[in-house]
Amino acid sequence: MSQTTIHMNDVNKWFGTMHVLRDINLTVNKGEHLVLCGPSGSGKSTLIRCINALEEIQGGTIEVNGNVLGKKGANVDHVRRDVGMVFQQFNLFPHLTVLQNCMLAPRRIHRISEAEAKDKAMHFLEQVHIAEHGHKYPAQLSGGQQQRVAIARALCMGPQIMLFDEPTSALDPEMVKEVLDTMVGLADQGITMICVTHEMGFARAVAHRVIFMDRGEIIETAPPTEFFGNPQHERTRAFLSQILNH
Amino acid sequence: MNYTFDFTPIFQAWGLLAQGAWATVYISAISMALGLVFGIVLTALRMAPLAPLRAFAIGYIELVRNTPFLVQVFFIYFGMPELGLRLNAMEAAILTMTLNCSAYIAEIVRSGVESIRPGQIEAGKALGLSTPDVYRFIVFRPAIRAVYPSLCSQFVLMMLNTSLVASISAQELTYAAQMIDNRTFRSFEVYFVLGAIYLVLSQLFSVGLSMIGRVYFSYPTK
Repeated sequence: MSQTTIHMNDVNKWFGTMHVLRDINLTVNKGEHLVLCGPSGSGKSTLIRCINALEEIQGGTIEVNGNVLGKKGANVDHVRRDVGMVFQQFNLFPHLTVLQNCMLAPRRIHRISEAEAKDKAMHFLEQVHIAEHGHKYPAQLSGGQQQRVAIARALCMGPQIMLFDEPTSALDPEMVKEVLDTMVGLADQGITMICVTHEMGFARAVAHRVIFMDRGEIIETAPPTEFFGNPQHERTRAFLSQILNH
Repeated sequence: MNYTFDFTPIFQAWGLLAQGAWATVYISAISMALGLVFGIVLTALRMAPLAPLRAFAIGYIELVRNTPFLVQVFFIYFGMPELGLRLNAMEAAILTMTLNCSAYIAEIVRSGVESIRPGQIEAGKALGLSTPDVYRFIVFRPAIRAVYPSLCSQFVLMMLNTSLVASISAQELTYAAQMIDNRTFRSFEVYFVLGAIYLVLSQLFSVGLSMIGRVYFSYPTK
């Protein structure tokens, strides 16, 4: 059995009176690729945002690489160091060039030299095929290019786990492929990935398990062939028929 | 009307006016710089996680913004010596200006910080940056850019407000004009020229500040 990377145990979360995560139990192994899907408001984004403590939980425990995320922000720094995140809205820093976006965190946190940070940034920018735009500002790039920079920026911190929060949802259709291709390439390198997405082609290609969530609960977890071929739950079937048949 | 305009005595006293104008620019520039620094500190306190710090900042800001500047100047210059703080007119002028404008600047900067999308802060945190680093490297520049026009007009307003420190005989531009008026009794001419000089100064400030802005905020946005 491969090593456990993330362990969520009876996780509960409320936004005010709204119960957004209900008794979430989830174990993610090292190198595993998970796709999370479900209707909007089902809690899938909230779930991955809890993993790097962008959201607080009110019940249960989350352990990442042996570090338990505690109340009052204990271990948050350790966990965030191991976990990279890519957002729907890219969230590049508009006043920094592509290179500076990638260099900021490694310079501040790993305290590496400017030259070293630049080498590292160029390495990952090449990996996402965007090195030639290193001197540009985010506003000068297309959405797809910005998202690839965001991926490179996260990789510069050397994370062992990557979280993707609907990385292609804000993109024009013709740019979805370049971002998905980048993510497939990353998956091939064996990094642990959890991806909230409705790109079912991507799920079939790289996911080890697909997880379906609805109303804050994990309804079904299965390898993609089973998940798409023979979904067990009524709600999963209803959801799949809505997103696949049109 | 049989008044004959005569500007010559005013132009003869140009040395006094030039000195006064220089003092005005000097007081304004120092107070702007210090006011910006204190204003940013106040903003940080205003948004701090600890309630007493927030309460202090709010109290300070409200106190300053709800009392007249002239009263503040008198209080610092005439009142504070009772507590052992003895300042000359120039020092008192700079201190009051700084304290006064930092409160206004704090409110402007705060609205700039609040205009930053939460996603920017989340991205910084997700990269592992500490909260001070997130504000310093990610939030600061776009936040100031968002409110830069308001900041600039606040700065110009401040420069014009320096005329009030003439009342504690700080030797700036308005004080110089009063001296010339007392000597020549050419009130119309003196204050006409004085107004014109302030107009020119505020234009120079505006142009200078917008040039600084264009350099510091040169990055493109959509």
